Amino acid sequence: MAVLTSPRRARPRFGPQAGLVAATRGVAFAALMAAGIGLLILLVAAVFLIALGAGILFVGSGGPHEERVLLAFLAIGTGLSLIRFALPATLLGTRRLARLTRQLAGDWCGVPIAERYAPPPAGKLTYTERLRWLATDPVTRRDLRWTAANLLACALAAAPAAIIATGLIEFIGPEFTRLIPPPAFPGNTPRTLVVLGLAITSVGVLAAPALLRAYGLVARSILAPGGEAELELRVQQLTETRTEALDTGAAEIRRIERDLHDGAQARLVAMGMTLDAAGQIIDSNPDAARALVLEARDASVKALAELRALVRGIHPPVLADRGLADAIRALALDASARISLASDLNGRPPAPVESAAYFAVCELLANVSKHAEARQTWVDIRHTDGMLRVGVTDNGHGGAEPARGTGLRGIERRLAAFDGVLAISSPPGGPTAVTMEVPCALSSPKTSSC
Amino acid sequence: MRVVIAEDLFLLRDGLTRMLQAHGLQIAAAVDNGADLLAAVTADQPDVAIVDVRLPPTFTDEGIRAALAARREVPGLPVLVLSQYVEQLYARELLASGSGGIGYLLKDRVFDSGQFVDAVRRVAAGGTAMDPEVIARLLARNTGDGTLAALSPREREVLALMAEGRSNAAIAQRLVITERAVAKHTASIFLKLDLQPSDDDNRRVLAVLAYLGG
Repeated sequence: MAVLTSPRRARPRFGPQAGLVAATRGVAFAALMAAGIGLLILLVAAVFLIALGAGILFVGSGGPHEERVLLAFLAIGTGLSLIRFALPATLLGTRRLARLTRQLAGDWCGVPIAERYAPPPAGKLTYTERLRWLATDPVTRRDLRWTAANLLACALAAAPAAIIATGLIEFIGPEFTRLIPPPAFPGNTPRTLVVLGLAITSVGVLAAPALLRAYGLVARSILAPGGEAELELRVQQLTETRTEALDTGAAEIRRIERDLHDGAQARLVAMGMTLDAAGQIIDSNPDAARALVLEARDASVKALAELRALVRGIHPPVLADRGLADAIRALALDASARISLASDLNGRPPAPVESAAYFAVCELLANVSKHAEARQTWVDIRHTDGMLRVGVTDNGHGGAEPARGTGLRGIERRLAAFDGVLAISSPPGGPTAVTMEVPCALSSPKTSSC
Repeated sequence: MRVVIAEDLFLLRDGLTRMLQAHGLQIAAAVDNGADLLAAVTADQPDVAIVDVRLPPTFTDEGIRAALAARREVPGLPVLVLSQYVEQLYARELLASGSGGIGYLLKDRVFDSGQFVDAVRRVAAGGTAMDPEVIARLLARNTGDGTLAALSPREREVLALMAEGRSNAAIAQRLVITERAVAKHTASIFLKLDLQPSDDDNRRVLAVLAYLGG
């Protein structure tokens, strides 16, 4: 949904190896471009078919009238059904390609590009709802624009590979194989050809990292967010998540109030009454008074146990004390299932994020023990590039569907308040992998005071 | 027996002091933070330190860290940690800080002063006092994989009391059976769980806790 800040990656290094790597990556970008153009062609073909059909119907001449109408409707029908089925797929496809390009621009070109799609509306989407969600997102237009512009921009990325290939195949190649004729120009002796070939190849290799970076910059100029429409969308999204966060908070406070009222508070009242009764009979019937006092003591133990459970549900002490990793470790120690934990956190996320992540993991682990019949669960906590990533994977029988249960949706909503997202992969037969991502910074680890 | 208490809430510190004194224990020092605890255990050389988990300045797990630090400073110092909640994670850390002389109890346990003072004396003597709730959770965790299924319900009760750190005599008294019967149960438990029997009470506790994964 949103990646706002990302630390600047290292600039590309120069040198033969970096050059070859960059050239290869350029080719990969070209492949992405080709895939994108393929999707566009599908759309253009559909529009063309409709236009063609209309043309045949209204202005066409020649041939019997019935055949013309039949042909026209055939063309229009094919075009319309292509649009009907291919439009959402094409839009989603271009979106995937654009997302991949954004990610790779950061990883390969050293030009991280922020991403900000509108979240899908809640619930199961009908065809039109889905289409509206995709089409009204201003980022979709941006993605389409990029897919078209990429046809030209990609020359930057693919150029080094082309130059290297020219040097190797056109100039050096003829010396080693008879199949390729040497280029014809005055003085094309084998030696000059090899020298020229090497020179051309090295130009390609040397220029590759810089050209790849340039490609990344061009991609950013088109794919990076900006503009009023997107800001409006962002404001709308923030308003929604804020309302949800406030609602959840208020509901939680009501629940706590009710628990205190019905639990500990009621027990304290009962204790007071028991002690009062004990006080009244302590002289006349010390044995009965002693029994009442013991009863009051037991009630206090129960009240404490209830308060402990309540506190655990609000904010587990070990989470406050030790942070996310140890809190989950403590959870794993209490669970009868086998849970292994890997964490590279050396610092603590902001308290609200920490708490949201903790309760999300609690809920996911509860889901695993309720539904998955897993032998082992892995929890993985990492923080890279300003993003907290928590993965919960189990080797159970899979088939978890976010649409069916309210649990996963609830987690998703709570994470959304922090611009966090949840991804789930759970094919029938397993394994189930749930990954949560929340952008946040870590505070430095707390130093021990004794 | 000389005791050092570290508890930041005045009411609880005062209550603990009076209760222990009433049972004939001597309070060498009662402090309200971790740093003072370290100073007191080195200066007064008490027989046991009773430490609250939450202490200033951070009010988190300061008490656990202070207890571990005190045991590094004075090796073998018996420490009884009190807390409003118990975590197996902390129980493990305390148990790992040296063999014996460790207690970890819910604060509620002070309501039964007889049992509580008994636990204090046991820890001071180098024994172990684990809270029943820690043990209950350990047992619950181990029932899933069937290793404890071989035990009879009575044997499971004995196992739980043994894991808390109680001696055969105390277990016998608690379950209202003879010490001989307890000895028979423990022998059977050790046989079924394939553990080395040991006459040393504390080594026995640690073996059971290690078996349960504590």
